[in-house]
Amino acid sequence: MTSLPDTTKPGQKKLGLVIDLDTCVGCQACATSCKEWNTQGYSAPLTDLEPYGPDPVGAWLNRIHGYETGEGNDTRALHFPRSCLHCETPACVTVCPTGASYKRAEDGIVLVNPDTCIGCKLCSWACPYGAREYDADDGVMKKCTLCVDRIYNENLEPADRQPACVRACPTGARHFGDLGDPNSDVSQLVAERGGFDLLPQMGYKPVNKYLPPRPRRTHEHAVPAAPLETVGKGDGSVTERFFSWLDKALS
Amino acid sequence: MHPAYSVILFTTASGAGYGLLALLGLTGASHGAASSVAFGATAMLLALGLITVGLLSSTFHLGHPERAWRAFSQWRSSWLSREGVAAVLTYIPACIFGLAWVFGGSDTLITITGYITAFMAMVTVFTTSMIYASLPTIRQWRHFMVVPVYLVFALATGAVLLFALATLFGRSGIPALGVITIVGLGLAGLAKLVYWAGIDRMKPKYTMGDATGLGGKVRQWEVPHTSENFVQREMGFKVARKHAAKLRMICIALLAVSLVAVWAAFSLGGAAAPLLAVVATVLTAIAVVMERWLFFAQAKHVVTLFYGEQAV
Repeated sequence: MTSLPDTTKPGQKKLGLVIDLDTCVGCQACATSCKEWNTQGYSAPLTDLEPYGPDPVGAWLNRIHGYETGEGNDTRALHFPRSCLHCETPACVTVCPTGASYKRAEDGIVLVNPDTCIGCKLCSWACPYGAREYDADDGVMKKCTLCVDRIYNENLEPADRQPACVRACPTGARHFGDLGDPNSDVSQLVAERGGFDLLPQMGYKPVNKYLPPRPRRTHEHAVPAAPLETVGKGDGSVTERFFSWLDKALS
Repeated sequence: MHPAYSVILFTTASGAGYGLLALLGLTGASHGAASSVAFGATAMLLALGLITVGLLSSTFHLGHPERAWRAFSQWRSSWLSREGVAAVLTYIPACIFGLAWVFGGSDTLITITGYITAFMAMVTVFTTSMIYASLPTIRQWRHFMVVPVYLVFALATGAVLLFALATLFGRSGIPALGVITIVGLGLAGLAKLVYWAGIDRMKPKYTMGDATGLGGKVRQWEVPHTSENFVQREMGFKVARKHAAKLRMICIALLAVSLVAVWAAFSLGGAAAPLLAVVATVLTAIAVVMERWLFFAQAKHVVTLFYGEQAV
């Protein structure tokens, strides 16, 4: 059923990601580990067509952009991972004609049932975030599953029961947790760092949050660097003048 | 937005079919049985044939056409599902009406099923237009003229078909049909001009700063992939958008020539009437395909903001 579940109950679980734009280094580890896991997991396969040809195309669930923002001395370049935000009121779900797109009532994860998707692509038109990519070979829509086949998987070590992208991130820029619980680590992090929604004015209420780059350090925090070279003590002694003469002579 | 040929064929062919079907329903409701079995059968088969070809072609762009039946299930939330349901439901009154109208059923039956058929045909076109008009991600499709344009184009193209059929059967001079066809073509061109003027005046709603949440001016210095992905191919279609102004003029000119041809065939009659009516039909068909192509090609999706568009 593509009507949305009631997720307004107090204590409603809202699993999602918090992505730190300050510490992301754009290494693509999240994208490749996502592809590696999901091409054999719930979303399998994630087909690449002509991967070594002149015009490769394939379904990926996570894309990392590079953006530059600010002006003058405040200009900064940052990396921007983009994947499904598991919205609270996702239009991609309600436009689905078959019920293949759905939002789970128990944890808010938005999924596509690959056995009932007809590949009409309307959900990708409805999503403003470009989160859904059509798999032309498989004939169905693919999207981030929040690694639903990892996070509850008791065959994995507890440390591995989180999305592949979070596990792979070498800088700790990706966090996974329950954003419906105000006391969870991720909710605390969002509150502390001023986490924000993408396109909140469109009204889809994304669950995933982005943490803004930290403010640039000012001079008062800067520690002056040690001089690279010192010549003598600056006391004008005979040895110092000798070495000063030697320094000039050799220069 | 990428203009898929199957979707253009579907919306234009089924639109004309439903327009013709609606006019046949109204004709039957007001005038009783068809003037001849040959004319009635040809008209009904043309209408239902166009609708069926359109519906079938709409399944060509599906990844799994064999699962298309599942699309009838989510009518509570999905306009695409509602369209599927309306399209199939319309066959029921249309077939009863067709049999009664062509083979001389009772006037009451023809009248009742005629009105129901006309109503359901327009409901189906309305649901098609709402698939587009209900997407906030594409402001050119949220425009208030989208629904009227779909309805008017369906009726106008249907009217041209009916006029051409009547003319080929030697009935070019039916006053109501001539007037409806000429007014329909005029309104279609006018509605499209209002729509185009409207979307040209619209201001972009969102910026790259809004999309990324970074605010202010944002520039993309690195794209995530080396070649275009599905999102860019489907939602970032730009090919020939630069020719839009010329294509619009050609589209309106074709409608105008069609209108003149219909008027000439209607008022002059004679041996040239069938030729003029066929010319009008062909030109109108080209115009509506161009109009529908532009509808997609000129629609800009919010997601392009992530790929370097500054404002959409």
